[in-house]
Amino acid sequence: MSILTYALHFEGEFNKNSLGAVSEAGKLASEIGGEAAAIVIGGDDLTDDLCKSLGSYGASKVYRVRGEEGLAQPVVDAMAKVISDNGFKYALFGGGLLGFEIGAGLTARLNAGVTMEVTAVKAQDGKLVAERPILQDSAIVDVDYVGEPGIIIGRLNAFEIAEGGSGDAEVVDVEVEFSDFSNKCRVVKRGEQGESEINIEDAEILVAGGRGLGKAEGFGLCEELAQSLGGAVAATRAVVDAGWYPYAAQIGQTGKTVAPKLYLAAGISGAIQHKVGMQSSENIVAINKDPNAPIFEFSDLGIVGDLNKILPKLTEAVKAKKGA
Amino acid sequence: MKICVLVKEVPDAAVEKRMDPGSKRLDRSGEKNLNPFDTHAIEAAMQIKEGGKVDVSEIVAVTMGPDSAERALHKAVSLGADRSVHLTDDSLAGSDVCATGYALAKVLESESPDLVLLGQQSDDGECYTIGAVVADHLKMPSLTQVIEMDTQEGKLTCRRQAEYGYDTVEVDLPAVISVGDAINEPRYPSLKAIMGAKKKQLDKRSAGDVGIEDGKVGEQGSRTAVLAINPPPEKQAGEIIEDEDTNETVEKIVAWLDERKLLA
Repeated sequence: MSILTYALHFEGEFNKNSLGAVSEAGKLASEIGGEAAAIVIGGDDLTDDLCKSLGSYGASKVYRVRGEEGLAQPVVDAMAKVISDNGFKYALFGGGLLGFEIGAGLTARLNAGVTMEVTAVKAQDGKLVAERPILQDSAIVDVDYVGEPGIIIGRLNAFEIAEGGSGDAEVVDVEVEFSDFSNKCRVVKRGEQGESEINIEDAEILVAGGRGLGKAEGFGLCEELAQSLGGAVAATRAVVDAGWYPYAAQIGQTGKTVAPKLYLAAGISGAIQHKVGMQSSENIVAINKDPNAPIFEFSDLGIVGDLNKILPKLTEAVKAKKGA
Repeated sequence: MKICVLVKEVPDAAVEKRMDPGSKRLDRSGEKNLNPFDTHAIEAAMQIKEGGKVDVSEIVAVTMGPDSAERALHKAVSLGADRSVHLTDDSLAGSDVCATGYALAKVLESESPDLVLLGQQSDDGECYTIGAVVADHLKMPSLTQVIEMDTQEGKLTCRRQAEYGYDTVEVDLPAVISVGDAINEPRYPSLKAIMGAKKKQLDKRSAGDVGIEDGKVGEQGSRTAVLAINPPPEKQAGEIIEDEDTNETVEKIVAWLDERKLLA
């Protein structure tokens, strides 16, 4: 065995980034001459059929553990056991919160090397080398691992989902004795969405607001512009956490990934966690008063100026143009 | 309850960051500051202390780093910590995530805290990982990216953002909690607190003082090796408009959108 991935699931479906990691592991394992397997944790909703389905993404085997999903430490216990019992050389995670938490815990448990925010993995001489962008993506380091296992945590959407593998995976139930401290966290509620449902993933035009809006009421400017353009409103994590806009509209590392025809970012600095959720947009327009905001480095049109002055006039101009 | 807050000295946000091609480490010679996410962790500790639900005996700021990191500790104390601990030792230079987490866990072990708080990420490394590494070494439960925290005797109720929305999780103490910047608005230190910070107790500890094993830290103890540093793929820079006359700016934006058929 060579590469073990963790597949997160919720309400009967696997997480997109987890499926990307399983697919990547399948591809890499064949390049370094080994097999890829996945580990899943949860209750009765982890049916045989659901687990077997990971085979079509490249997992030859799926280790199923009964335990609480949504927490990192029980998964660390389970992965440490499966890696030790079966001699996996690498653990690979898709982007997202749990990958970071589990990968980090596993690093400590197994005294192993870890690389996070990985955007690509290369197979070289039977080993894996991880590529990690650093310093706001101004450089990329190639990272090698000393000893085993090497722990690779992908950036959001770094790994493409590839369906059509070799059919059903073999499902192996594993008994895990959880650590005392793993049992000291309990999920009370999982996956609360906030007050409204907004489908930003299907919108062709998105007007996204960030901290530069100054206050929650600033979103009114984004809503008016979005309406005039026929699009929807999105938000950064910082403003969602601050309670200015609902979670359902959040773009980025722990939010949604979008690729609309137009992404207009208002008052968004362009931190990497946001960038990963929107960088595939066809046209990126950014308005920010800070000329050094990182978002200008990857936008197609950047406006250095005060959004409070620009957005209302832009809304009027768009309305006039469309009405013409 | 004793709270330890892990803090880190990071390059100032305004300083252009670069790698030292020789050592393949971050060039830390420029202006430095206390990691902004850690100021939220100190504020969270202060709010527990002032909240009155539990009795907080002391708040201790803990860092690992070279001599200059002392300034980050002074700032942490000016924001409310009662004293600070500085793990500094030449053998620690070049430690990766695995080695750094181990070293910090050894210092914390010597302090026996009931709660460890830290910012969910550092401005320089952007790793999100140290809390979980430290927790596994300390055999404590851990939660990251926490944005609300209610403290009762012996346990915490935390709200954090996860893949499918917000999770609410109960955690028994002692525990390690990484906080996000939405958890609070850090206070500004008073002039008196800034002036008094240098007079508060600052304990310097070496690797040997806290029982760090030889060979488990620094480059020797690191489990990753940087093979190469490469420039990113070239990307054509976009057009930039400085807004001097807003009517003109808006006209240009509309023309740009129209040209790309985005106003249909």
